[in-house]
Amino acid sequence: MSYPKNYRYTAEHEWVAAPENGRARIGITDYAQHALGDIVFVELPAAGAHLEAGQPLGTVESVKAVSEVFAPVSGTVTAVNTSLSAHPELINQDPHAGAWMVEVQLDDAAPLDKLMDATRYEAFIAEEQTGKA
Amino acid sequence: MSAISTPAEPRRTPLHRLHRQLGAKMVPFAGWEMPVEYAGIVAEHLAVRTRAGLFDVSHMGEILVAGPHALELVQHVTSNDAARLKCGQAQYSGLMTAEGTFVDDLLVHKLGDEQYLLVVNAANLDADLEHLRANNPMAAEVRDLSPEYAQIALQGPLALEIIKPFSPAPLATIPYYWFIQDRFLGFEALLARTGYTGEDGFEIYLAPEHAEAAWNALMEAGRERGLLPCGLGARNTLRLEAAMALYGHEINRQTTPWEANLGWICKLEKAEFLGRERLARLRQQPLQRKLIGLEMIEPGIARDGYPLFHCGRQVGQVTSGSPGPFVQRNIALGYAPVELATPGVELQVAIRARHARARVVPLPFYKRAPKP
Repeated sequence: MSYPKNYRYTAEHEWVAAPENGRARIGITDYAQHALGDIVFVELPAAGAHLEAGQPLGTVESVKAVSEVFAPVSGTVTAVNTSLSAHPELINQDPHAGAWMVEVQLDDAAPLDKLMDATRYEAFIAEEQTGKA
Repeated sequence: MSAISTPAEPRRTPLHRLHRQLGAKMVPFAGWEMPVEYAGIVAEHLAVRTRAGLFDVSHMGEILVAGPHALELVQHVTSNDAARLKCGQAQYSGLMTAEGTFVDDLLVHKLGDEQYLLVVNAANLDADLEHLRANNPMAAEVRDLSPEYAQIALQGPLALEIIKPFSPAPLATIPYYWFIQDRFLGFEALLARTGYTGEDGFEIYLAPEHAEAAWNALMEAGRERGLLPCGLGARNTLRLEAAMALYGHEINRQTTPWEANLGWICKLEKAEFLGRERLARLRQQPLQRKLIGLEMIEPGIARDGYPLFHCGRQVGQVTSGSPGPFVQRNIALGYAPVELATPGVELQVAIRARHARARVVPLPFYKRAPKP
């Protein structure tokens, strides 16, 4: 699966879509969903919650394990993808689009530039994979 | 997402190359690099319940106890009564401390009057060998045969049909927990009707150099019947639905068989064995805690180590928990005080910041339908 060019990525395998009117969607990457395996449960914050960059925003559970999802940027949650509670498997099927988790009103757009672009992220996961092989 | 760390130089089974080719996700487990899943845990789990699955369990340890004092040693260190075994019969048992707790759980196979093959958990192999040698005043022969065996488990309702053409042995007539030593694909093998999934099936022990040929032949024969290669992930969810204990979770050096619902492998009436005295004493006293089955009422998955609450007070904890892919409920095993260990009782599982309601249910969560 390809990594959208206009997204930004973290070393913890979250993505942030390009903001529109200061709002951006957040999700986890294809690499992350693959590493987790069958995803069966998702816990997300409520709309209105304030997220701090680097702090847990929720959890994703696969059959075998629980993983925290960290907020890649700071901001206030404006929308939550409620379809994930009934269909967490969407994260396995469509991690970069349909399975967005939350939309946030960014406190500040500048920190986005500190995150990886698609090219750097792909190099980063290639390195992680060889490290494990 | 949190990273998973990998320790240096894990051991590889003879099927390692095949797992890679099959696209398995490999993880460190008990010092080995093992496949955790191929197509996905849920698909693999359902294949075993409805068709068949093939597992590489070559990491398991095999210990031979032999000589004129073989039975004496096996009887001394294990809780079940190995004297009841006939040649060709296997038995689930506990390797016990002097306190009547578990060093390991194991399968004892009677190969002959002076030969017993013990199959033990990979993570405990060294400790088990040490325990056997330290408690062997009868000087029985104890030999680690683990390097001489690969082990492949074929599990599921179609297992017999898939394996049958590869051996001249009358496999259809072997009862559950019996085995036969015969040819498999022309190689010497031990074919046991045992497993860790709650399904019918076979565990095949053979020389590591023949493991690939055996795996490929079974895969080839089973593919169009829906046989899937299965990893440790599905092995764990399958054994959990069947409520089979996993060492380090439901049982350990602090657990007695009475608490773990394993009284049936603890034969006080046989001659002396390690821990017997304390176990006999404990038998006379009321149990403090007991292994229970839990089913989540509210959303959430109980995981190993999560605390259990009742009326605002912590009363125990979860030992294993996961979604049950076949039973389609979030299930868990855990310890709770005996007075709460009754089906229908409601407990709360502390899942991170919240408490989720769960109900005590009878075990196992899954039991296969008897053969028509």
